[in-house]
Amino acid sequence: MATTQVRPSSSPAPSSHGDGSGYGHVSGRDRPAGGFELWSWLFMRISGLVLVLLAVGHVLIMTVLEEGIDRVDSRFVAERWSTPFWRVWDWMLLSLALVHGINGLRVIVQDYVKWPQWRFAVNMVFYVLGFALFVLGSVVVLTFDPASIFGS
Amino acid sequence: MATRLGKKGSDLGTMYRGGHGQWAWIAHRATGVGLILFLFAHIVDTAMIGWGAEAYDRVTSVYHNPVVRLIELGLVGFVMFHALNGLRIIAIDFWPKATRYDKPLFFGTLTLFLLAMAPISYIMAKQAIELFV
Repeated sequence: MATTQVRPSSSPAPSSHGDGSGYGHVSGRDRPAGGFELWSWLFMRISGLVLVLLAVGHVLIMTVLEEGIDRVDSRFVAERWSTPFWRVWDWMLLSLALVHGINGLRVIVQDYVKWPQWRFAVNMVFYVLGFALFVLGSVVVLTFDPASIFGS
Repeated sequence: MATRLGKKGSDLGTMYRGGHGQWAWIAHRATGVGLILFLFAHIVDTAMIGWGAEAYDRVTSVYHNPVVRLIELGLVGFVMFHALNGLRIIAIDFWPKATRYDKPLFFGTLTLFLLAMAPISYIMAKQAIELFV
């Protein structure tokens, strides 16, 4: 796939890695040549690396360590969010996972929704939903008062 | 120009090179879609903490249920696969020689996934059984 793509010399194919074959499956995979799609491609990989720590750490802490999800209740959350460290962790996880996931959906929509108006509509649903959830999650993580659970 | 190459026609029902690469690609998509859909719900249930202990504990009581515990193990599996396969993708994209080790990388990823899931499944099953039996 995509092995016959000819690129202008001004945008060197990153898939040519010295063996001169120019074949994606021999010398590396194709990546977007530039513009928004290249930034999107790069973002997915960088955020993905960070999410390996944040998301894997999150599910292991919440569902595997100690009694797993059994010990997770409002007091557990209030205690956790008494420390700025976990608030920052959870807010970064929220933001990165949302953008990573919504961008992933955009790429999938690009593959399966061909009619431009439909593609726009489907993407807008995800963008609006994602933004609303980002606002909701951010407000709760950043403004939560542990005293509302423990009493003051 | 900078669009994804070779994506002019519909990919539905077509083969992408075939073999393990295609299965990894499908599994990465499927787990990714599953995870973002769960995230939508999870942001809402977690946000309930802003409405007090009672609201949060009532909504998240759904997680303290044997059947949901099993689905939860699946969720952890989705995260682990998506993470490990994502690392494999990054390796292939940034380390040109990685494509020469395509098969070992894939089966290495799969082995790591299974090695990680074995103790995780054991621990989570034990937690669930201790709670409900």
